[in-house]
Amino acid sequence: MQEGAVLQLRGISKFFPGVKALQNVDFTLRAGEVHALMGENGAGKSTLIKCLTGVYPKDEGEIYMEGHEGPVTIRSPQDAQNIGISTVYQEITLCPNLTVAENMYIGRTKGSLTRWKQMNKGAGKILQELGIPASPGQQLSSCSIAVQQMVAIARAVDMECKVLILDEPTSSLDESEVAKLFKLMRDLKARGVGIIFVTHFLDQVYEISDRITVLRDGQLVGEYVIEDMPRVRLVSKMLGKELGDISDIKKASDKAADMSSVPVLETEQLASAAGIKPFDFSIHKGEVNGFTGLLGSGRSECVRAIFGADRVTGGTVKMNGESVKIRKPLDAMKCGVGYLPEDRKVDGIIGELSVRDNIILALQVMKGFFKPFSRAQAEAFADEYIKKLEIKTASSDTPINSLSGGNQQKCIVARWLLTDPVYLILDEPTRGIDVGTKTEIQKLVLQLAGEGKSVTFISSETDEMLNTCSRLIVMRDRKVVGELKGADLNQDMIMSTIAGGDNK
Amino acid sequence: MSAETKTPVKKERRSAGEVLKRMTRHQLFIPVAALVLLVLFNLIADPSFFAVSLKQNSLGNPVLSGNIISVLDNASELVLLAIGMTLVTASSGGQDISVGAAMAIAGSVIIRLVCGGQVSVDTMQTSLILAVLAGILVSMIFGAFNGVLVAYFKIQPMVATLILFTAGRSIAAWINNNQLPIVNDQVFKYAGTFIPGIPVPTPVFITIFVIVLFWLALRFTNLGLYTQSVGINANASRLNGLDPKMIKLLTYVILGACVAVAGFIRVSRSGSINYSRIAENIEMDAILAVALGGNALGGGKFNIYGSILGAYVIQFLTTTLYKYNVPSTALPAYKAVVIILLVVLSAPVVREKMSHIGKSSKRAKEVA
Amino acid sequence: MPNDIAVDKQGRIKNRVSMSDTNLLLTITVVVFFAMYAFAVFFLGGSFTKPQSFLNILNNNASLIVLSCGMSIVMITGGIDISVGAVTGLVCMCCAVYLENHGGNLVVAILIGLGVGLAFGIVQGFLVAHLGIQPFIVSLAGMFFAKGMTTIVSKEPVRVTNESFMALKNIRVTVPGLGAYNSKTGNYIPAYVEIGVLIALAVVVIMFIVLRWTKLGRSFYAVGGNNQSANMLGINVRRTKFLAHVLCGLLAGLGGILYFLHVGSGDVANGAGDEMNAIAASIIGGTLLTGGVGNIAGTFFGVLSLNTIKRIVSSMGFDEAWWSNITVAAMICLFLIIQSVVLMRKNKKKV
Repeated sequence: MQEGAVLQLRGISKFFPGVKALQNVDFTLRAGEVHALMGENGAGKSTLIKCLTGVYPKDEGEIYMEGHEGPVTIRSPQDAQNIGISTVYQEITLCPNLTVAENMYIGRTKGSLTRWKQMNKGAGKILQELGIPASPGQQLSSCSIAVQQMVAIARAVDMECKVLILDEPTSSLDESEVAKLFKLMRDLKARGVGIIFVTHFLDQVYEISDRITVLRDGQLVGEYVIEDMPRVRLVSKMLGKELGDISDIKKASDKAADMSSVPVLETEQLASAAGIKPFDFSIHKGEVNGFTGLLGSGRSECVRAIFGADRVTGGTVKMNGESVKIRKPLDAMKCGVGYLPEDRKVDGIIGELSVRDNIILALQVMKGFFKPFSRAQAEAFADEYIKKLEIKTASSDTPINSLSGGNQQKCIVARWLLTDPVYLILDEPTRGIDVGTKTEIQKLVLQLAGEGKSVTFISSETDEMLNTCSRLIVMRDRKVVGELKGADLNQDMIMSTIAGGDNK
Repeated sequence: MSAETKTPVKKERRSAGEVLKRMTRHQLFIPVAALVLLVLFNLIADPSFFAVSLKQNSLGNPVLSGNIISVLDNASELVLLAIGMTLVTASSGGQDISVGAAMAIAGSVIIRLVCGGQVSVDTMQTSLILAVLAGILVSMIFGAFNGVLVAYFKIQPMVATLILFTAGRSIAAWINNNQLPIVNDQVFKYAGTFIPGIPVPTPVFITIFVIVLFWLALRFTNLGLYTQSVGINANASRLNGLDPKMIKLLTYVILGACVAVAGFIRVSRSGSINYSRIAENIEMDAILAVALGGNALGGGKFNIYGSILGAYVIQFLTTTLYKYNVPSTALPAYKAVVIILLVVLSAPVVREKMSHIGKSSKRAKEVA
Repeated sequence: MPNDIAVDKQGRIKNRVSMSDTNLLLTITVVVFFAMYAFAVFFLGGSFTKPQSFLNILNNNASLIVLSCGMSIVMITGGIDISVGAVTGLVCMCCAVYLENHGGNLVVAILIGLGVGLAFGIVQGFLVAHLGIQPFIVSLAGMFFAKGMTTIVSKEPVRVTNESFMALKNIRVTVPGLGAYNSKTGNYIPAYVEIGVLIALAVVVIMFIVLRWTKLGRSFYAVGGNNQSANMLGINVRRTKFLAHVLCGLLAGLGGILYFLHVGSGDVANGAGDEMNAIAASIIGGTLLTGGVGNIAGTFFGVLSLNTIKRIVSSMGFDEAWWSNITVAAMICLFLIIQSVVLMRKNKKKV
């Protein structure tokens, strides 16, 4: 055990059938530090954490904890809790049907009775301390996702843990919530808690972390002190290659679309049951534009309304100047609109179906129930796009859910490209996928625009939007509050438009 | 990407392919293994089990008889139900437990029309085709009722169909005013017994016809792709232009049609109906057939031929048990033991352990 | 009941806005039951006005109440047990044969009954929790097995004449203040419940407490709500599911004994279809088959509602045999639709 370390992993390996998910990985966490665990998707971050918390049994290696003689055995999340390792996962791992207070205490109280009063009192105190807008007796499912995430953190915080693992906790939080979380993390740090922080957001890493450990392809790349590690080097460590691609993109976006033509798609006072204020929107041939705004500002709801994914409650849509009725996704598809949804797992992939079926699905549906593609035809389509988009899959017969996130996303992109849309909506196509694929997708967007297609691109990362979009629609509180183009298209203007005030 | 990182990816591909192959091989492993086991058992215990002979039936027609013929004949209703049940399971992730009761309704409607309200008839009062079509229509309407509850009210299938399960047999009795009409017209019994001059039981032909129909439907429509997509991820299916509610409803209506044909065969066998006993517990067998065929009862991917095979295996088992004089009332106990053995053997946990044992013995051999 | 609210004022206000799913469905059930009974008393009168006729609902359904409690618990964990009706029949038959044909002792008979139920619970629980087999299939096999075993134990009905059993069976507990005067003779006839009802009520109270105030009870809800999350929260999911099935099996054994006490004989037809009645009672009582939501008090009212509606329909002149089943089905249908609409609305509001 090293001096000052609370947790030390030595030589951890984990094998899945056919895959070496982790190979001989070392990791050291010191008391009172925030330690970022970085790597592309599939690098082994999640596997490492799951081995540490007893979700998966590790195949090789040892885990040492401060205050424990010799290696500790962790067979279940409960074991991990008992020796002082608390975890908050990216997906909310609480029970939606229980109350907030129960979710904070269940599975870790002594005795066989539930003491409601005491529990609610304790929970109320913690919630207040952390400024979480929930009451102890409330059913968890009645809270927003962000609040649920914070409840999960509150639970972990209250467990007097020595090690706190935060596995992409910020992906569903907005900026003020992230700020709150960071304050919390600093408090805990001061108390001597070691924090393992997993995230895709580089900004956040540099804001809060003390040290970084980088994994790639299941192997340890290295451990670095944050000050010695500029961003570019970090990214190149994660990717395992030098960067040059990203600057290429910028040049491509300079090509402007012909804005004087009749818009490919135009909406007037469009509103949907998802609760957005009626909005006007238009996009021209060969244009790439985007919706930006904070989480929950209604940017996804806008594109969902255009695609007919939510019930449209008013307004008109024109395509190439002619009025069309879009009541359900199929109507939009027939008009040549494609939509890559925000949540890949929930709305995008058909998990157990093959890559092939997933790719041909949309085109097949448009063709009709009684006209299935022949196996050979479907095979040809799938192979074409697997090649074109460099989708890494064993075969087109492989179930899509056994692919990595980035490759799944490429399949969904392939699905829509196959329908040859005139207008493609990409809602967070780069979320939760590795940096390499992110770049590929951005390039693809620009390439499509070059071919004369119109694309709406939405991303939480403003950099990506600036790289690709020639026009940004800014949203706040489910309302369009501004439009930026040309010289206005920069980080500062976006920020100030989102924040509101005297800009408008 | 550099050459170094490419190699492990390739390796991963090959082994993933292997795993997949093994899985597809396994899908029908359990029903086939069960069938082989039953066949072997009968071969060893009494090879005469498989004897098929040509006999004269009571009407003087030459008919084939023997245990195998009886398995093929008696499994007919179950096969039809299993086909429909597979689709329902795939699209809605649950099972229809009302199929037995719905068979009673369909049978009751057909008998009612054929008898024209009389207690006993020697010639049919309504054209048989019309009566059967009416039976199918009514059954499809009840199927649609289940489907609406499941698809539009989002009620779990087993709970939604509990309604018809509870009421079905009573509705069947109500249709015939609680009488037990008897049809003596031999033509009515053709579908459930034999057509004069043809020695093979008619239900076998009907079953083959329906199986071919579904083979064609799966080949020349997108029924398979759509039901699986909806069953696996309804949200995503909707965003790809499908109407998940409609498709779920459709599968229930299709099951309704299957149920009606099965009900027709059943009443045609005897020319009469007993509301509380007709097709009793058949829903359990149908669900079992689906599970036995290697289909996940939670929905999603399906293999309809697995279910069909499963249905025949169940009937084979039943016939075997009858042959060894197991009383029909005690039959369920034996069936239960077999079910448990089968599901335990196919449980992922057990399979994993078994494959570990297999692997280690293999490794031991290699070392030796 | 919802005393978890009364902690701080903020909490109370929030909770009034959004009731927990469990309490919402419970409220609907209780309201519907009282409305239905009031309707019967005011518009149908007759036997509905007599307290004894209400108590008879309890007398006739003591066993079903116990079975339904077990069913609700399994349903709350997201499972189902369709073997309970058949186990009831098997327990009756075993007890009857033991008492009558083997001259057995009453206490041993009761232990046999509980033992049979417990055995079913343990085996089914093991298969569901530890081998990960779907509960529907497991309990389907359990049902088949119990049905078959019942006829193997005895095909003929067995009528019990054992003295101590008859003494226990005939215990009548009078309920003070609810008696009535015979309209002809003017004699006071006290209202009574059978011994089984007291046991059933005790079970309801105990199970209510277990689900509300014990860690095990809350684990049932957690596992039913989301079993992966429950695992992450440090709950032993397998053990919890196992115990739910064991509890359900034990209650099925007890329910069998109560059934036996009520009818006094072993018969192949005993308990037939009671698994569906128990599921129906649980659903009417606000338990969702998806798991995580449900309440024992609701289940109790579910059993009462189910039998009240049957009686209402038959006393309205629809006394042909089929109406009873059709009514129950309509009742389940109605409740399912109410639940589905209410929960859908609630979820929409949240978004």
